[in-house]
Amino acid sequence: MPSDTRAREAVDALPGAWLGFVGGPWVDEVDVRDFVQRNYTPYCGDGSFLAGPTARTRSLWATVEGLIAAERVGDYRVDATTPSRITSHAPGYVAKDREIVVGLQTDEPLKRAIMPNGGWQAVRQALEEHGYEAPALLDEVFTTYRKTFADGVLDVYPPAVRAARSAQIITGLPDDFGRGQIVGDYRRVPLYGVDALVAAKRLEKATLDMERSTEEVIRDREELAEQIRALADLAAMASSYGYDISRPAATAREAVQWLYFAYLAAIKEQNGAAMSLGRTSTFLDVYLQRDLVTGRITEEEAQELVDDLVIKLRLVRFLRTAEYDELCAGEPTWVTETIGGMGEDGRPLVTKSSFRFLQTVRDLGSAPEPNLTVLWSDRLPQGFKDFCARVSLETSAVQYESDELIRSAWGDDAAIASAVSPLRIGKQVQFVGGRINLAKALLYAINGGRDEVTGRQVAPLSAPVEGELLDYDDVLAKLDRTLDWLAETYVDALNCVHFMHDKYSYERLAMALHDRTVLRTLSCGVAGLSVVADSLSAIRYATVHALRTTDGLVTEFAVEGGYPSFGNDDDRVDEIAASLLHSFMTKIRRMPTYRNALHTQNVLTVTSNVLYGRITGSTPDGRRAGEPFAPGANPMNGRDTHGMLASALSVAKLPYSDAQDGVSLTTSVTPDGLGRTDEERVANVVGLLDAYMLSSGYHLNLNVLDKGTLLDAMDNPDRYPNLTIRVSGYAVNFVRLTREQQLDVLSRTFHVTV
Amino acid sequence: MSTGTDGAPVVELGTPLVGGSTHRTAGQGTQGLAGTDLDRPERLAQVRSGELGSLHSWELVTAVDGPGTRLTVFLAGCPLRCLYCHNPDTLEMRRGTDVTADELLKKVARYRGVFRATGGGLTLSGGEPLMQPAFVARVLRGATEMGVHTTLDTSGFLGAAATDAMLDDLDLVLLDVKSGIPDTYTRVTGRELAPTLEFGRRLSDHGVAMWIRFVLVPDLTDARDNVEAVADYVSTLSTVARVEVLPFHQMGRDKWDELGMRYELGDTRPPTPELVERVRDQFRARGLEVH
Repeated sequence: MPSDTRAREAVDALPGAWLGFVGGPWVDEVDVRDFVQRNYTPYCGDGSFLAGPTARTRSLWATVEGLIAAERVGDYRVDATTPSRITSHAPGYVAKDREIVVGLQTDEPLKRAIMPNGGWQAVRQALEEHGYEAPALLDEVFTTYRKTFADGVLDVYPPAVRAARSAQIITGLPDDFGRGQIVGDYRRVPLYGVDALVAAKRLEKATLDMERSTEEVIRDREELAEQIRALADLAAMASSYGYDISRPAATAREAVQWLYFAYLAAIKEQNGAAMSLGRTSTFLDVYLQRDLVTGRITEEEAQELVDDLVIKLRLVRFLRTAEYDELCAGEPTWVTETIGGMGEDGRPLVTKSSFRFLQTVRDLGSAPEPNLTVLWSDRLPQGFKDFCARVSLETSAVQYESDELIRSAWGDDAAIASAVSPLRIGKQVQFVGGRINLAKALLYAINGGRDEVTGRQVAPLSAPVEGELLDYDDVLAKLDRTLDWLAETYVDALNCVHFMHDKYSYERLAMALHDRTVLRTLSCGVAGLSVVADSLSAIRYATVHALRTTDGLVTEFAVEGGYPSFGNDDDRVDEIAASLLHSFMTKIRRMPTYRNALHTQNVLTVTSNVLYGRITGSTPDGRRAGEPFAPGANPMNGRDTHGMLASALSVAKLPYSDAQDGVSLTTSVTPDGLGRTDEERVANVVGLLDAYMLSSGYHLNLNVLDKGTLLDAMDNPDRYPNLTIRVSGYAVNFVRLTREQQLDVLSRTFHVTV
Repeated sequence: MSTGTDGAPVVELGTPLVGGSTHRTAGQGTQGLAGTDLDRPERLAQVRSGELGSLHSWELVTAVDGPGTRLTVFLAGCPLRCLYCHNPDTLEMRRGTDVTADELLKKVARYRGVFRATGGGLTLSGGEPLMQPAFVARVLRGATEMGVHTTLDTSGFLGAAATDAMLDDLDLVLLDVKSGIPDTYTRVTGRELAPTLEFGRRLSDHGVAMWIRFVLVPDLTDARDNVEAVADYVSTLSTVARVEVLPFHQMGRDKWDELGMRYELGDTRPPTPELVERVRDQFRARGLEVH
C-alpha cells in the first residue's frame, strides 16, 4: 500500500489527467490492474454513506421506463437499412438535457441495429419476424458480394457436425449469431485515452513487421491493423457526441463517459450472445474518490454518474430471432459487471463504488441488466456482505460466484463474461459455444448411436444394449464410447465456428482493448448432468427395465425401487456426476483446438433446459420424454429433498478443475424461510453463501420470492413489469418468459425453507 | 411483494409469516445415512445402549429449528397424538430407519464447516426425541465433543428421561407448550400438561436456553385464558430467549390420509392475522421476544 509520502510525491510526478494518482508500471505500459492496485481505496463500512437518487435520475429513468413499456407492447424499433459500424449512426439521445452519460447504439433509444457480417439469413429472418422488410440492396450485397460468418461456417462443417447439430445433441452453437463473450478492457480508454492505445498497438504491429510473413504473423498483422482502425473509429464516434477521448479522462464524469463509449463501440459492431462489461466499479471508484476528495463532486453526484451509466446499460438491445429467444429467453444481453472479491495482497477489492453499483437496483428498481455479479469470499468485509444480502433479499438481482476459486485460477483482475465464465480482463478471450446434451448421449449409447426420437443413426453404429434389464457397467462402457465421438464432433464444430468468426466477424474494437498475446480458452458446455447422474444411479442402485418399440429402439424405461438422487449430498450419486464431468473434460482435452485454445467446460444451460427436455426422450431416471431438464447443474426438480444447502453441496462437489468455465446453480427461497427478522434473514443469507463457497461451490443464483407472487405475475404481467428472477447465471424479466418457461421456473424446487 | 416508488417489485419482509417451522413437514428420508440390519436381540441391546436410533429423516435447514443452518434430524416415535400433528408419519417408531449414533455423528462432523459459517448446529426433532433418550444422549455428547451447537426440539412430556448430563450437552431447547390449561392440553395431545411444565422449570433452573413454541389453532388453543396461562408460565422461566407463535396450517393433512389415519381438523382454518397478532401481543405484554 502506498504511504502518504508516496502519494504526495505522485501528485508532483503525474501531471494532467493523472494528477493525484500514484505512479507505477502502469504509467509506462498498459496495465490497468497495476493502476487499480496502487490507487484504489478499500471500503470496509456499510451502505449508510449512500445518497440519491436525484430528481434528475428519477425523471430520466421514468422516461426510459416509458420507452421500455412501449417496447413491451409491440413498439419494436429496428433500423433495417444501415448495417451497424462504430460510426454508422448519428448521435442518439434519450433526453439530451437530462443525460449525464451519453451515447446510444443507433440514433434513437431502443432502436435495434442490424449487423449482417454475422449472418445475413438470421438478420433477414429477425427483420421479417418483427414486421420489417429486408432491404433489397442489402440482400444483394450479403448474398452476392460479401460472405458472412454464418456462410463461412456452413462451408466447413463436416458431416458428423451437421448430423449432431441437426439431431440437437449439440445445441446453441454460435454459428449464425455473434459468439460474444469477448470482454474488452474498456477501462483502458479512460485511463490512457485513445491516442496512447493506438500508439501502443502501432508498436506491437511494428514488432510483427520484423518477423517473417508466415500465415500466423500475417493474420496477427491484419488483426492489429483492424484494431487500430477500430480505435480511430471509436474516437470519431465520441467526437460526434462532442467528446475528445484521444486523451485520458481527467474527471470521474469523463472516466464514466470514456468507458461507456468504449463499451458502446464494441456493441455497435457485435451482436454477441453475451456482451459483458468487465470489472469496472473499483476502477471507476479511483476517479470518483479523487473528485470527492477534491470536492469536485458530492456523493449524490457520484451515485448519479453510476445510475446514469446503468441506465445506458439497461438500454442495450440486439436484433435476435425467435429461435434464439427460445434458447435464451427474455432477451439477455449479459452486460455482466463483476463486483467485489479480494485482492491477491489480501485487501478487499470492495470500494464505495461496489455499493454504488448495487445501489442502482434500489435507485432504479430491479432489472435483469446489467447482470450484477458479486465475487464472494468469506473474507469480504462484513458491511459489504450484509449489504449484498440485503439487496438480494429485496430484489433477487444479484448473482454470486466464488472469488476464491476464480482468483486462484485467473488472478484478482478477472471478470465474469456472460453468466459464469471467468476471464482475465484484457488478457484472455473465450471461444464460447453452446453445449452438448448429455442425456441424449446416454440414450444414444443405449440405442447404438440412434436418436431415441427419430430413430435415425446419428452417432457411429455401435452395439445397442441387449436384454430387458440395464446393467451399470455395460451402459457406462457404452456411454464412454458415445462421449468419445461426441467430444470429437463438438470440438470440431467449435473450431470451425471460431475460425470463421475471427475471419468474417472479428471483434476488432474489443480486441484492440486486449494485450497482443492473449490466452484463448475453448469453453465447452454440458447440459443434463443431473438427469444422467440420476439415470446412472437408478441403473446402479435400482432396477431399470428398457422398453423397446417394434424396431428395437429403447424409448421408455420402467424403474423399480428407489435410488440415491443428485441433490441430497449423497456421495454415491454425487460421485457419479463428478466422474461424468471429469470423463467428458478428459475427452475434450484430447482434441486439438483452433489457435491452441485451452480447453474448459461449463455446466450451464441458461433457459434452454426446457428446450433440451422437450427434444429428449424418456430417461432411465424416470423422467418422461419432453419433460424439462434441471437448469445448469441443478438437481432434478423435486428430487432434492433434504434442504437447499444439501442440494447445493451436491453441486459443490463438481470439481472446478473439470469445469473452469463455471458451474451454475439456481435456487429459490421464500423470505420467511430465511428467518424471523430482517437481521436474521441477512445473517442467514450471508451464512449460506459463506457455507456454500467454503464448500467449493462456484456459483449461486439466489431468488428470494414467494410462489404466490410468480403465479400472480403470470396472470397479471402488467403489474410486474420489472419482476426479475435469476435463472442459470443470468437474470430475466419474468413476465417476458414464455408460459412454458414460467411453469418450469415454478415447478423447480421452491425451497420454502432452506 | 409490492410495487416500490420506482415501480420496482420489492419483497416485503414484514408481511405475516406464511412459512416457518409449522409449515414445514419433516424431511424426506434418510438418504445418505447407512441403515443397519441386525437380528432382534442384538438390535434391542443396541437400542437400549443408545448405539442405535430410529430415524425418520434428516434435513439441512436454515432459520427454523434454531439459529443458523442446522442439521435437523427427525427421530421416529412420539407419545403424544396432537390433533394438528403435521408429521403424523413420525408418530410411530416402527416407521423409522435404524441408524447408529456413530453414523449420525459422522454426518454431524461432515457439516461442522457449515455450522461454523452459518452459526448453526445440530437439532434433534421428531417425533419426540426423548422417546429414545439413550440415543439422544449419545448423539448430543458426541456433537458437544466436536464443539457443535446442539438443540433439542421436544414437547417436554418425557422430560424426566433427560438426565442432568444430557442437559449439560444442550445449548438450546425448543420447548413446545401446546396449551396452558391442563384440560385443553389433554384435548390437543391426549396427554398430561404437568410433565412439560416441570421440564421447562428444570431447564430454567439448569440454565438451558429455550425457545418456547405455541401452535395457534382456532377453536382449539386460541382461547384468551389458555394463551394467558401459557404466557404466565413462560414469564416465570428465566432462560427463555424467544417465543414463537406458529399459526396452524393444513399442510400435514394429506399425510393423515395417506397413513389411513383419521384427521379431526379437516374443517379448521388457519388463524387470521388479527388473531395471530392478538396472541403474540399476549406474550409481548410480558416483555417476551415474540415471533
